[in-house]
Amino acid sequence: MNMKVNLAGVTLNNPVMTASGTFGSGEEFSEFVDLNKLGAVVTKGVANIPWEGNPTPRVAEVYGGMLNAIGLQNPGIDVFIERDIPFLKKYDTKIIVNVCGKSASDYCEVVERLADQPVDMLEINISCPNVKEGGIAFGQDPKSVEAITKEVKKYAKQPVIMKLSPNVTDITEMARAAEAGGADVLSLINTLTGMKIDIHKRKFALANKTGGMSGPAIHPIAVRMVYQTAQAVKLPIIGMGGILTAEDAIEMMLAGATAVSVGTANFHNPAVTEEIVEGMRNYMAEQGVADINELIGAVK
Amino acid sequence: MADKKKEKAIIIRKEKIAEGIFDMWIRTEEIAGLAKPGQFISLYCADGSRLLPRPISICEIDTKDNALRIVYRVAGKGTEEFSKMEAGAQVDIVGPLGNGFPLQDKSAFLIGGGIGVPPMLELAKQLNCEKQIVLGYRDELFLYDDFKKYGKVYVATEDGSAGTKGNVLDAIRENGLKADVIYACGPLPMLRALKTYAAENNIECWVSLEERMACGIGACLGCVCKSKEKDDHTHVHNKRICKEGPVFRAEEVDF
Repeated sequence: MNMKVNLAGVTLNNPVMTASGTFGSGEEFSEFVDLNKLGAVVTKGVANIPWEGNPTPRVAEVYGGMLNAIGLQNPGIDVFIERDIPFLKKYDTKIIVNVCGKSASDYCEVVERLADQPVDMLEINISCPNVKEGGIAFGQDPKSVEAITKEVKKYAKQPVIMKLSPNVTDITEMARAAEAGGADVLSLINTLTGMKIDIHKRKFALANKTGGMSGPAIHPIAVRMVYQTAQAVKLPIIGMGGILTAEDAIEMMLAGATAVSVGTANFHNPAVTEEIVEGMRNYMAEQGVADINELIGAVK
Repeated sequence: MADKKKEKAIIIRKEKIAEGIFDMWIRTEEIAGLAKPGQFISLYCADGSRLLPRPISICEIDTKDNALRIVYRVAGKGTEEFSKMEAGAQVDIVGPLGNGFPLQDKSAFLIGGGIGVPPMLELAKQLNCEKQIVLGYRDELFLYDDFKKYGKVYVATEDGSAGTKGNVLDAIRENGLKADVIYACGPLPMLRALKTYAAENNIECWVSLEERMACGIGACLGCVCKSKEKDDHTHVHNKRICKEGPVFRAEEVDF
């Protein structure tokens, strides 16, 4: 039974990876999950310099999901290279670094710093809804998606994944723009912008007022967007959005994803990623699937 | 190296001890043996529409029986789910989490307010020093008799129905109490007042903070507080309450 999948020339042992921002750089979760069992670890977004993030409360639970407005708190590329990459290199998994920035030059600076580092791929976060500058501002206009993709590709030595926002009228336009800019892979979806109000205190649940919604409640939206995007572009897709179980992951692959990322589910069960790999293996055995690649986009 | 465990705990017994306050003993595999006073555990809901773990402080540790006592207030649907579980039921937990209180031998104030009372019990049990236990309640007392085994207990109630009418500081002043270190858990106004009191009286003060959490293990950066020292993760003065806390030196953090 083959679970290996290929993303722009990078072979993953299996299609299950972590969604950026929900798994740190893996260290905290390594007490619960054998990182060797994962296809890849996608790190929390890292910028050229440390970012403090947003005021608290930064998280709130909603029915079937959660809102977050962490604001991309991160230690910056120096600490990341010194501490997080060596930690992840101890494991037999691929390292995908999520890159964030407030300007095109911020992104390029990080990408350039990573050029000679032992990381496998770069995921460019142009879709964070919780930071005022950069982030989503690059991801909501096809011209700027194409421009930032082209710019990043000039400096990148590893394959480039563009992470798309669902907070757009037509995600396939953004996907085509990233493809035109030279992206190697697409990942989608980032969180959907939401809001929660505490009716007793008459205050916003999050200090940032709005936050990104994630969790199983958004899964059908993600499946739909992965399907539409798979029809629109030739690039491989990493599907994510509310994957809680192996069944959800299989569904995402059938819709057209080559690999999947598991995010909010890590908070519900810190060992979930490993359990999803196991569950997918069981599904293949039961269904007589010899090669997991047969599943990719199998439902037209 | 792993000092945190994910386990299926079994409820040994459950009792309502005050309006909206539940007292539960749970049997663990290893967590009780690893736990320290001031640490907490995450409890996971069985209902999948409620994804995030509920962080609940450890009230008592029974290492012989591998059991933990948790006393919590029903604050929403998640804690309501736990309050309806009966003996023999299973609940997913992760722990022990956070740093816990430092055990010192200086004469100590153990101060709990409202649902901040429970974590002070195991601390009272483990501290080998002169202890003044001061508990603040809105009206109805809980765990009062449990504390009496471990030291002199002073009570303050907002409505004056028991002990000093007012808050824990009123009880300290009314009884002329003194100690060299404060350990406290409770609502923010209480902790802020104790921080000021400790600074004025030049005594050491440790507070246990809370914040909305997601992962509970230090990865998501949801529950940070502003700190004087740089934090271990991002090096930007944002300590994680779930990891570097929940117990901090009062002057070290903004709250």
